Amino acid sequence: MSATERATSSARRTHFVEALLANRVALFSGILLLAIVLSAVLATVITGDDAFLIRPRQRLRPPGAEFWFGTDALGRDVFALVLHGGRISLLVGLLAALAGATVGTAIGLLTGYFRWLDPIVMRVMDGVMAIPGILFAVALVSLVGPSLVTIVAAITFAEIPRVTRLVRSVVLSVREESYVRAAEGLGIPPLLVLVRHILPSCIAPLIVQTTYMFAAAILSEAVLGFLGVGFPPDLPSWGNVLAEGRAVFQRAPWTIIAPGLFLAVTVMAVNLLGDGLRDRLDPRLSRAAKVSS
Amino acid sequence: MLRLVALRIAMAVPVMLVVATIVFLLLRLSPGDPALIIAGETAGPEALARIRADMGLDRPLFVQYLAWLAEIARGHLGTSVLSKIPVLSLIFDRLEPTLVLALSAILITVLVAVPLGAVAAWRHNSWVDRAVMMLSVLGFSVPAFVIGYILILLFSVKADIFPVQGYVSPFDDPVAALRHLALPSITLALVFMALISRVTRSSLLEVLGEDFVRTARAKGNVERRVLWRHALPNAAVPIITVIGLGIALLISGVVVTESVFNLPGVGRLTIDAILARDYPVVQGLMLFFALIYIGVNLLIDIAYVIVDPRIRY
Repeated sequence: MSATERATSSARRTHFVEALLANRVALFSGILLLAIVLSAVLATVITGDDAFLIRPRQRLRPPGAEFWFGTDALGRDVFALVLHGGRISLLVGLLAALAGATVGTAIGLLTGYFRWLDPIVMRVMDGVMAIPGILFAVALVSLVGPSLVTIVAAITFAEIPRVTRLVRSVVLSVREESYVRAAEGLGIPPLLVLVRHILPSCIAPLIVQTTYMFAAAILSEAVLGFLGVGFPPDLPSWGNVLAEGRAVFQRAPWTIIAPGLFLAVTVMAVNLLGDGLRDRLDPRLSRAAKVSS
Repeated sequence: MLRLVALRIAMAVPVMLVVATIVFLLLRLSPGDPALIIAGETAGPEALARIRADMGLDRPLFVQYLAWLAEIARGHLGTSVLSKIPVLSLIFDRLEPTLVLALSAILITVLVAVPLGAVAAWRHNSWVDRAVMMLSVLGFSVPAFVIGYILILLFSVKADIFPVQGYVSPFDDPVAALRHLALPSITLALVFMALISRVTRSSLLEVLGEDFVRTARAKGNVERRVLWRHALPNAAVPIITVIGLGIALLISGVVVTESVFNLPGVGRLTIDAILARDYPVVQGLMLFFALIYIGVNLLIDIAYVIVDPRIRY
C-alpha cells in the first residue's frame, strides 16, 4: 500500500472516528466548563464568606483537610478565593467577548458593505493591531482606574480588529450573491439588507470567534491583575489572586498553582469547545473535513 | 523588488499615523491633569502653570497633537518626566535583555515547533499528532507567568539548577547568561511554540495532499526528502505569516516574562513607566513596539516574494 493510498483510506476510516472524538472532547470541555461556572455561581453557598475572612494566625497554611488549597499571606482560604475569583474572571471574559463581537460585527458589516469606508477603517484596524493589546489595556486601566467597565473596555479594544476582519471577509464573499442583489433590487434599505440577509452568514464563524475571545479575555484579565492594575484585592478575581501570590510563591506555591490551574483548565475547556464548534459550524475551516473530502 | 519595498513602506505610514493618534488620545483624553501628576499633589498654582506652559498643555488639543506629530516625525520622542533622560536613550539602554530574550525564544520555537508540527502532519491522526495538538492547546491556555513560576519552582527552588531571577549580559559572562536565560526564554517560547506547531501542522497537511507530493513519492524519494525538500517549502508561507502575527504575542509575552524573572528590559521599562505615569516614556514605548510590529510584518511581506516566486506584487 502506497503512502498516499494509506493516507486517503485511513483518512476515510478515521473521519467518523475523528468526528466522534472531536465531539467527545467538546462534550467533555462543555461539562467541565459548566462545572466551573457552577462553582463560581455557587461560590458563596459552597464556601460561605471564607474568601474574605482574614485569619492572621493561619497565614500560608499548606493545602490540607481544613484548607483544600491552603491559605494566602492574609490567612484567607485559597479555595474560597479561587471559587469567588471565578465570578469576576468569567464575567469579564463573557462581557469582553460579547462587546468585542458586537462592536467588531457592526464595524465589519458597514466596512464590507459600504466600500468607500473600507480603506479608512482597515488602516485604523491595522493601527489598532500594531499596538500591543496588553500594554494598551494596562495603560488605559492605570490611567482611568480599575473598574468592571474600564477593564472590559481595555480588553475588548484589542479584540475588535480580528472580528472586523472576519465579518468583513464574509460580507465581501456574499454581497454579490443573487439573494442579496434581489433584496437590493426590491428597494430594501441597505441597513436592513445587512442585518436580514448578510448578517446570518456571519453567525457561525462569529460564534467560534467569540468563544476564542472569551478564552483570550480571561487570560488578559489575569495578566492585568498580575501586572498590578487589575481589580482591587477586596474583589477577588483569578488575576489579583495570582498577583497576591507573587510575593510569597516560593514559600507558598499553592497561592499561584491553585488559581493558575483553575484559570488554565477554564481557558483550555473554552478553547477546545471553540475547536469543536468550528468543526461543526464552519466546515470551510475544518481540517478534518478538508483532508478526507 | 525595490518597488515592492517602497510600496510597503508607503502603506505603513498611514498605519503608523493611526497608532500615533491612538497613543496621543489615550494619554490626553484620560482623566487626571498631567501637570498635576508631574508636579505632585503639593505643587502651587504657579508651578502648575509653568509646567503646563513648558509642555504646551495650555494650547488647544489639536495644536498639541500636530506639534507632537511634528516632533516624533523627526525622531524626537521627548524626555522622561521622572529621570529627565531622553526617551530614546532610555529605550536603547534597556534593549539588550529584551532582544536577547526574544531572539532565544524565537530560536527555540523554530527549532522545536516546526519539526513537531511537521511530524504531527506527517503522522496525521497518530498518537504523536494528538500529543502535539494537546500540547499546543495547553500552551495557549496556561498563562505565561504561571508557567514561569512553575519552572522557577521546579528548577530553581526545588532543584537548584537555574538561578531564580535576574539578568547577566552574554557579552560579560556567556555561561552565566545562558543559565539566567534558560527559564525565561522557555517561558516566552511556549505560547509561540503552541501557535507555530499548530500552523505548521495544518499548512503541511494541506500540502501533503497535493499532486506534486504524490509525484515526489512516485519518483522514489525517501519520505524524509519528500517532507523536507518538497512539502515543507511549499507550506512555508502560512508559517511565515503566523511568525509575523505572533510578534504581537511575543511583545506581550516579553512584558510578562520580564516581570516574572525580573529582567531589566524594555517590557519592565514600559510597566514601570505606566505605573509611574511617565507619559512621554509610555508614548515613546508604544510607538516603538508598534514600529517593530509593522517593521517585522513588512520584512515578512518581502520574505514571501523570496520564499514563494508565485507571489508577485
